[in-house]
Amino acid sequence: MHNSLALRIAGAAGDGIESAGEMVIKLCSRNGLHVFAFRGYQSVIRGGHVWYQIRISNEKLLHFGDMFDILITLNKDAIKEDIPWLKEGGIVIYDPNKFQIREEEKVKKFLEYKIPLQDIARKFSTLSVIQNVVAIGAFTYLINLPIEALDEQIKETFSDKSKEIIDMNLNAARAGYEYAKNNFARLAMSFDYSKKKRLTMSGNHALAFGAYRAGCKFYAAYPMTPASSILHWFAEHAPKGKMIVIQPEDEIAVINMTIGAALAGVRAMCGTSGGGFALMSEAVGLAAMTETPVVIVESQRGGPSTGLPTKTEQADVFQVLGAGQGDFPKVIIAPNSVKDCYYTAIEAFNIAERYQLPVIILLDLYLSERIETLDIEEIELDVKIDRGWIVKEGEIKDYKRYLITESGVSPRALPGTPGYMHVVASDEHDEKGNLVSDVLAGLPSMLKIRNAMMEKRMRKLEYVLKDLPPPKLYGPEQAEITIVSWGSTLYTVREAIEMLKQEGIVANALELKYLYPMHAKEIYEILSKAKRTMIVESNYTSQVGRLIRMFTGINIDNKMLRYDGEPITPLQVFEKAIEVVKK
Amino acid sequence: MTVTIAELRKYIGEVRPDWCPGCGDFGVLNALQRALAELKLEPKDVLIVSGIGCSSNLPGFTTTYGFHGIHGRALPVATAAKLANHKLEVIVTVGDGDGYGIGMGHFIHVMRRNPDITMIVMNNQIYGLTTGQASPTSLKGHKTKSTPYGVIDEPVNPIVLAIAGGATYVARGFSGDPAHLAMLIKNGILHKGFALIDVFSPCVTFNKLNTYDWFRQRIYKLEETGHDPRDIDAAFKKAREFGPKIPIGLFYVTEKPTYHELFEVIKEIPLVAQPFPTVEEARKILEEFL
Repeated sequence: MHNSLALRIAGAAGDGIESAGEMVIKLCSRNGLHVFAFRGYQSVIRGGHVWYQIRISNEKLLHFGDMFDILITLNKDAIKEDIPWLKEGGIVIYDPNKFQIREEEKVKKFLEYKIPLQDIARKFSTLSVIQNVVAIGAFTYLINLPIEALDEQIKETFSDKSKEIIDMNLNAARAGYEYAKNNFARLAMSFDYSKKKRLTMSGNHALAFGAYRAGCKFYAAYPMTPASSILHWFAEHAPKGKMIVIQPEDEIAVINMTIGAALAGVRAMCGTSGGGFALMSEAVGLAAMTETPVVIVESQRGGPSTGLPTKTEQADVFQVLGAGQGDFPKVIIAPNSVKDCYYTAIEAFNIAERYQLPVIILLDLYLSERIETLDIEEIELDVKIDRGWIVKEGEIKDYKRYLITESGVSPRALPGTPGYMHVVASDEHDEKGNLVSDVLAGLPSMLKIRNAMMEKRMRKLEYVLKDLPPPKLYGPEQAEITIVSWGSTLYTVREAIEMLKQEGIVANALELKYLYPMHAKEIYEILSKAKRTMIVESNYTSQVGRLIRMFTGINIDNKMLRYDGEPITPLQVFEKAIEVVKK
Repeated sequence: MTVTIAELRKYIGEVRPDWCPGCGDFGVLNALQRALAELKLEPKDVLIVSGIGCSSNLPGFTTTYGFHGIHGRALPVATAAKLANHKLEVIVTVGDGDGYGIGMGHFIHVMRRNPDITMIVMNNQIYGLTTGQASPTSLKGHKTKSTPYGVIDEPVNPIVLAIAGGATYVARGFSGDPAHLAMLIKNGILHKGFALIDVFSPCVTFNKLNTYDWFRQRIYKLEETGHDPRDIDAAFKKAREFGPKIPIGLFYVTEKPTYHELFEVIKEIPLVAQPFPTVEEARKILEEFL
C-alpha cells in the first residue's frame, strides 16, 4: 500500500476549520502531492463539532482514510469525538493553555504536541482564526515541506486582501513552523515534493464544470444541501460561462423552468437533493411525455424526510426510479468519482438530447463534497457533443413532432423555426402532437395511437442501453468474493480489495454506474458465475441489491450496509469481506 | 382596427375546440387570434404555454408553437423559454385553478421578475374539467360539488395581488366582449413586461351563478370612467370593487426593466443562438481549480 498520511483538523463551526482545510489541501496539491479530503459538519452555523480530514500521498488516493495520523484540535470536544479514529501512536496538536487532556481521556497511545496556539496568534492578531495558520505552520514543518511553500499559498489565498493581512498570516505561519522546529521532531515519513500542481475538485464542482463544458446554458436550483455548491459554482461563473442561473421559488419551478429552457432549445440542467426531487417528480414525467431533454442532478443525503441534512446516504434509488406517474423512459446514472462526475455531465446531456428524455445524475453527499486531486490531463476538454435530431428550416416535409420511428426518437423543431409549428402536450397525443386524451379517449382509433406512442417512447430505452458501456469486473476474473459497488463507493471498495490482497484474499468488484436502464444480461453473467457475492451500499434496505434482483433474479448473498450518515470506509468493507469469505 | 377572415385564419388551428357550446373560452381564443392577427405576428415566433384544465387546451387550437404542460406550472416554463429565446412572443393561457390555485406560488414570484410574457387567465370561478368543484375565485357562499353548503373561503382577488405583486400591466376582460378583450390582449402583448389579463370566461355547464347575464348586469369599462391606469392608488381602489359594479379594462400599467433585459449575457444574442464554449475558454475556467 502506498505511503500516505491523514490529517484531521477539528473544532467548532465558526472556528474556520473549512478555510484551514482548504489551505492545507491547496498547499499539498500545489507541491506535487495527491489529496483526498472530506468534511464532517452539522446543520448549524456556529458551534457543533466539525472536522476536515485530509489525506495526502505521492500517489492517487481512493479514500480520505479510515483513521488519521495527526489531529489538530482547537477545542476539547475533539479529544472525545475524534481520538477513536486517531491511529495508535498518532499525534495530537493542541493548545495546552486552552485545555488539558486528562489521563483517563487517553484511550489509546498518542503523542501530545502542545503548542500555545492562542499566545502565538495573539502576537500578530486578535482574530482567533489566526490560530489555524499557526497550526498549519507547525504541520508544514512536521511533513518536511519548506516554509516557502506555505508562504506562497498564503499569498495566493489572501491575494485579494491587504498587505497587512497577508503579513499577519505569513508571520503567524512562520511562528508556528519555528515553534514546531524548536520543540518536535519531523515525521519519519516523507514525501517527494515538486512544483507540480494538480486540480482540486469536489464532485459537485467537477459535475458543474462538466455541464458547462457540455454547453449547459441554463441552470436552476433551490438551495439544498448537498447540491447547493453546484448552484454556487454556476452562479459565480454565469457571466464568464455565458449561462443563465436562477434560484426560483421552489423545486417545482426549478424543473419546469429547466423544461421551458430546454424546450426553447438550450441545454438545461437543475440540481437538488432528495426532498427537492420529491417536489419535482410530476415534471420528470412531463419531460419524458413531451420528449424534452433535461438533466436533473439528485445528490442524496440522509433521509427520510429532513433526515440527516449534512450526512451521506444512497437511499433515493427507488425515489428517482419511481418518480412520476405512469411508465416512461428516463435514464439514471450514478457517477463514481470526482473525475467521473465531469464525464457523466457531458454524457448525460448527450443522452438527454439524443433520446429526448430526462436524465438523472444520482450523486450523494460523499461524492458531491469530497475533494480529489486530478492531473489536468485527466480532464479531456475536446469532448463529443451530440445534440440529437434537431431539424432545420426546410429540412423535412409533413413535419410530425412525434413521428414514430424505429428508435423512438422523433425530429425536434425548436420554437421559432419556420414551418414546423406544433403543440407538445403532457396529455397523450398523436404523431402531430394533437391530443387523443379528451374527446377521443377510449375510441378504437385512439387505442391504436395510444399503444403506438407508448411503445415509441419506451423503445428509446432499448437504444439507450445499447449505447451505454456494460459493467465490467474490476480485478481478477476469478475471485473468492465479488463485491458490488455503485456510485460513490467505487474507490472505497477498490481500496478494500487492495487490503484483501495483502491478506491473501483474491477479490474483484462489479462496479455499477448505469442504474436504469440496467445491463441485466451482463450483470447476470457476472454474478451468476461469482463464488460469493457481497453488495456495499449506504442505505438500510440494499436498494441497488433489490434493483439487481428485480432485473436479473439474482439475490446477492451478503450485504455491507451503512446508514448512520458517515461514508463507508475501506476497513469496513475489508472486515465484512473477510467475515463472508471465512464463513 | 379590424382583421379579415383570411388574416385570422392564419392562427386558427386544424383541431376544433372541444369546449362546451357557449363556453367563455371561445371568446378568449377568438380575441387572442384577433390580437395576433392585428399585430401580424408570425405563428413561428409565438409560443403559447398552458397548464391543465379546459382552458389550457387552448394552444392546441392555434397554429403557433405551443406547450401544454402540467397543472399550475405554465409560468415557470414560459419564463425560462423566454429567457432561452427572448425573440419569441411568449403567451400563457390558463384557468383560475391553474393560475391562482395550484400555481399561485409561481404567480406571485413570477411577477417579481417582470418577464416579458402575457398571461391570460380564463377565470370561470369553478373547476370545469373535473366537473364542478369550487375554485380559488369562487364567491363566498357558492354551492358547488365540493362545497355543497357553500364556499367559506374568501375568493382570491387576482387584480389586487397582481398590482401588489409587481405586474406591470394588469387588466381584466370579459369573453362576452371579444373586441374589447382583443384590445386588452393586444396591448398586453405589446407591453414590455409581465401582463396579466384576467378574463371573466363563464362556464355554462358548471357555474350557474356567474353567468354571462350575471356579468353583463355588473360590468363597466374603466376606459369610460376617466380612470388613470398609471395611478397605483386609484388602481388598487378599482381592483377592490367587486359587488353591484365590477370594472373591466386596464387597471394598472407601469414600466420596469423586463427579466431578460437584466441578464447581461443575453444583451446581444439570445441564449439559444450562443455558441458552446471552446476548448480554450473551458481550459481557462478549468485552470481555476489548479
